[in-house]
Amino acid sequence: MVALELDGVGARYGKRLVVSEVSTPTITAGEIVAVIGPNAAGKSTLFKRVAGLLSGPGEVRLSQSSKGKNSISYMPQDTSANAVLTVYESILLARKQGSAWSVADDDLTLIDHVMTALNITEIAFRDLGALSGGQRQLVSVAQTLVREPDIMLMDEPTSALDLHRQVEVLSFMQAQARQKGMIVLIAIHDLNQALRFADKVLLIADGKMRACGDPLDVINPAMLRDIYGVDARIEKCSRQFDHVIVDGVAA
Amino acid sequence: MAVADITDMTEAAAQGRGEYRARTRRKIAILVGLSLALCLSFAVDLAWGPARYGLDQVVLALFHPDAVSAQVRTVVWDIRMPVAVMAIVVGAALSVAGAQMQTILANPLASPFTLGISAAASFGAALGIVTTVPLLPVAAGLIVPVNAFIMALAATLFIHFVSQARGVTVQTVVLLGIALVFTFNALLAFVQYLASEQALSQVVFWTMGSLTKATWPKIWITLVVLLVALPLFARNAWALTAIRLGEDKAASFGVNVRYVRLETMLIISLLASVPVSFVGTIGFVGLVGPHIARMILGEDQRFFLPGSVLAGALLLSVTSIVSKSIIPGVVFPIGIITALVGVPFFISLILSNVRRSW
Repeated sequence: MVALELDGVGARYGKRLVVSEVSTPTITAGEIVAVIGPNAAGKSTLFKRVAGLLSGPGEVRLSQSSKGKNSISYMPQDTSANAVLTVYESILLARKQGSAWSVADDDLTLIDHVMTALNITEIAFRDLGALSGGQRQLVSVAQTLVREPDIMLMDEPTSALDLHRQVEVLSFMQAQARQKGMIVLIAIHDLNQALRFADKVLLIADGKMRACGDPLDVINPAMLRDIYGVDARIEKCSRQFDHVIVDGVAA
Repeated sequence: MAVADITDMTEAAAQGRGEYRARTRRKIAILVGLSLALCLSFAVDLAWGPARYGLDQVVLALFHPDAVSAQVRTVVWDIRMPVAVMAIVVGAALSVAGAQMQTILANPLASPFTLGISAAASFGAALGIVTTVPLLPVAAGLIVPVNAFIMALAATLFIHFVSQARGVTVQTVVLLGIALVFTFNALLAFVQYLASEQALSQVVFWTMGSLTKATWPKIWITLVVLLVALPLFARNAWALTAIRLGEDKAASFGVNVRYVRLETMLIISLLASVPVSFVGTIGFVGLVGPHIARMILGEDQRFFLPGSVLAGALLLSVTSIVSKSIIPGVVFPIGIITALVGVPFFISLILSNVRRSW
């Protein structure tokens, strides 16, 4: 089973250290980790570092993965594209990187399955440029999934989706992680979704890790006041999920 | 429908696969159609001129030269063939150069012409014609193309290295290209001002772009550059297509964006500068060829690349025919005709298929 551990990880843009000192306990297969923090905290930068797109100090330890270069798949926050490609072609593109021109039936079957699962078959042959923000995000999720990685890094994958779709997609990702033994790291602003779907929560602020652990250990009134500057409580909803109730901006 | 389990799909899933396969077959049919149209255009280009031959005579001259008269043989093989072949090779090279420039710079306006590479070549050629000073020690007959090539290569590499600097956006690169156009045009005007009357007329004719400068060595050199470039682009087909989704997205797919850009730009520098140094400024093919291919085939490089080759080659081949047809007995410089033929064609394509344009 695949496992991931960050040990003193930092990330640089040029010579500037933007993120530093991120360490996590071992994250095991099937787990979802929500990466939370205010805007410009360094969540996306951390993902790029873990994906190998940025350099920096520390070590990203990935064990028991046999997929080499394809072990980590990163879904960037910006999903806009003006390429003259259909949705289907753009998902195939993610699947076929680094391989031959020919397209096997197995590749297409996987794409069909992922698109059906995400309920985006209706837009399969629509041009990318004609999609709404939410549709683009779903296509981006599909592109990440068809790479069949061990670790998925998803940078705000639900920020443009309506509430129903948010719950659907995150439920789906949770099921995928459990079934396929993937590790899924999701950068997310919605703390309620983080409480509901994450097994662990990693909090970043000002480029530094502030906490990492069980969701309720990290997301609590003290942290919400300290990091987000709001007075808030944690209460259970009718289905017994923990929710953040924000009373107002902290005095 | 709710989000479902990936492993729980069967019939609905097969629909996408079938549609994708059908669309792929359609694209292959379009490429075959373009190839046939190019063959026809090539044959007409050989048949057309002050002496007009039937297509049957041209085919006979091509495949059974002994079966036609010496006059037909000479006209087809020695006079018209180099021009007709050069039109195809140069059209293909400029179109592919434009296609890949547009791809890696993510800008629909990028082409050898708009980024100042053609203007640089014109200045280099004018320098050779007027001063007869070679930028490299070469034989006298090669001063003009070699000077043009060196200036074009220098302009391409300049654009490339500036585009690699941190903080430089694709918009900056295009603006830089426009600045290069103005700079080299000003330098060209300066050289023209100093030129003798005879040299001036030579410079003006060169800058108009003409296939009548075609010779077999020039054709072979351009063809070799094209044949080296195409497999290298083909090898990076998935990566180049991914770059059109944005740098971050391509990198997230595992593409080494910086390396692919560098390799592509170096190949483009040869592909754009070699033909321009031989035939002068032919401005429209590198811009329109890729747009035609993109509109009818999309941007999957497996189809877009051959599509750009064929669209550019066809465009210049047809233009070669038109350049001989306006006034019987007169061959207009093809650079003038490319704009006259290309612009309305381009506009009609945009208007008839707006959604698929950039």
